[in-house]
Amino acid sequence: MTMTTNKAPSRLDRFRDSFVWYSFKRDRTAQLCLAVFLCLVVAAFSAPLLAPTDPYDLRQIDIMASELPPFWIDGADEQYSLGTDAQGRDLWSIILYGTRVSLLIGFGAVILQALLGVTFGLMAGYLGGRVDAFLMRLADIQLSFSTLMVAIVVGAVVKATLGGAFYSQYAVLMLVLIIGLAEWPQYARTVRASVLAERSKEYVDAARVMGLRSKRIMFRHVLPNTLSPIFVISTVQIANAIISEAALSFLGLGMPETHPSLGSLIKAGFDYIQSGSWWITLIPGAVLVVLVLSINLLGDWLRDVMNPRLYKG
Amino acid sequence: MIAFLIKRLMHAVLVMFVISVLAFAIQDNLGDPIQQMVGQSVPESEREALRERLGLNDSFLVQYGRFAKNAVQGDFGYSYFYREPALGVIARHLPATLELVFAATLIIVLLSVPIGVYSAIKPRAVLSRFFMGASIIGISIPVFLTAIVLIQIFSIGITVSLFPESTGWGAWLNGLLSTQGNMPSFGRGYDLVHVVGHWDTNMASWDGLKHLVLPAISLASIMLPLFIRLIRAEMMEVLQSEYVKYARAKGISMRRVYFVHALKNTMLPVITVGGVQIGTMVAYTILTETVFQWPGMGLMFLDAINRADIPLIVAYLMIVGVIFVVTNTIVDLIYGFVNPTVKLTGKPA
Repeated sequence: MTMTTNKAPSRLDRFRDSFVWYSFKRDRTAQLCLAVFLCLVVAAFSAPLLAPTDPYDLRQIDIMASELPPFWIDGADEQYSLGTDAQGRDLWSIILYGTRVSLLIGFGAVILQALLGVTFGLMAGYLGGRVDAFLMRLADIQLSFSTLMVAIVVGAVVKATLGGAFYSQYAVLMLVLIIGLAEWPQYARTVRASVLAERSKEYVDAARVMGLRSKRIMFRHVLPNTLSPIFVISTVQIANAIISEAALSFLGLGMPETHPSLGSLIKAGFDYIQSGSWWITLIPGAVLVVLVLSINLLGDWLRDVMNPRLYKG
Repeated sequence: MIAFLIKRLMHAVLVMFVISVLAFAIQDNLGDPIQQMVGQSVPESEREALRERLGLNDSFLVQYGRFAKNAVQGDFGYSYFYREPALGVIARHLPATLELVFAATLIIVLLSVPIGVYSAIKPRAVLSRFFMGASIIGISIPVFLTAIVLIQIFSIGITVSLFPESTGWGAWLNGLLSTQGNMPSFGRGYDLVHVVGHWDTNMASWDGLKHLVLPAISLASIMLPLFIRLIRAEMMEVLQSEYVKYARAKGISMRRVYFVHALKNTMLPVITVGGVQIGTMVAYTILTETVFQWPGMGLMFLDAINRADIPLIVAYLMIVGVIFVVTNTIVDLIYGFVNPTVKLTGKPA
């Protein structure tokens, strides 16, 4: 296309004219969910600024102030708005920090899944033949076990091999690796299905006739056209990764209690639920549910808007 | 059909082979068995002799061959903690888990089919919207959190004092929202009825059922929303098809069209997904059993991990592998039988 006096529309203009933006403007649920999600993300990542105390700093923890209830219950200390946990940490601060850990692991794991899954999916779909058969058989086998099962088993084995102390020290990295490796087949399958649909189109033939290398065709020509299903499953996968992390932490295979995520907060609080201190476990639980729910609802909306053929095809 | 059968079986054997290699690699790399067996004072030469006698110096392949031979015969070695054959320990814990999975499956089937069909027939009804909303919330709540909330509500009890107690309606509302916590929250109870072998059932006594209810609901809670959504989506697609329109045009009663003609084809994909998900539930039993201290395989596995009880971990992995492979293979075969349009021998498109 030659440039005339008319300027080509910028990316922002194109986005403003797009159907995604149009339907977002009209969908109250999606707006609300995005707002809630962004609030949580901003709050979590500005935790050092927002939190009244630093829960990782032992000097700021008062064991005498443990198991204090939140502000609306008698016996609350106004210094701790949401109460304190069994170690005397301010629940509001530790939840902010915990949400940050959960989000970090969730995003990290999804980025890893996407890298692996997209690469393998592209290779399987575009190269076909033996590569395809091998990769898809591998994905089949892994998917025939639940991804959570794979994550639990890998986590357990890694922890037993490396020892608890070492595992706790690198828990964030470990969890990203475990969840990332456990769930790549989801991406690979989705990408492969759309690559198969794209491959037979004429622009791919044209690119091949021009003598472009397969790597370039795969990443520069085919990949951009498979982005919308990738986008849609990414939202669901983030929600899944956060839940998987919480589950692993709840089983004691995730974040240690000194550096808790939402899952390990729930686990730590569960030991005290019988003594009546429900807030230690249920408030982090509620935050987790709100976080995951807002992502899931956004994912639902995105799937309706972009309408990729995820399940059939 | 025979070719399809053989292909599926070959696949199953291949998967079991991969699992067994992985399980053996775990066993091989986790800790030093000699260290576990002898004390500090045993000299190195003695240890070396023991290592040689136990065949620990053989090559990986030779050792794997021995492991596989024993495993096929059901010998996974002795559990370090229980001091008895690992397979026996698993056999003792298996019935509790199976009973839990069975109860959860029952809840899922009994609820998901009517709700899914209803919300497909009347997608705009208030109740359908409620079910759809509830199901996405259900998907977003992790299974252990559902379990904890259930324990808080039904075992510990909640006292609501949100409304003024002095007024009649306030006291009534408070009473309505508060719950008595009298449901058991852990274990299987003592009132079990012995059936056969290792199998004591929870389903034959009132106390046993009471212990079973909360864990079963928690386990069901993770799958129920998925199934409701799946059944609804499939049913809505079936209702658009030509043969349903034709049946309707012929003047067959709507009830018959929905429940005889449409439901049959709806259930086809549901059965496939369902079979696979029952296997998946094994993973969730680990979480449910941990919360409720339900003495099944999941809890046993987690304890084995914390105790580094390697033979038991390996045996669990192999048994769960068998469960997954068998359910998947059976589901594939059933699907092949039920749905003649599936390409039996060709590569999946």
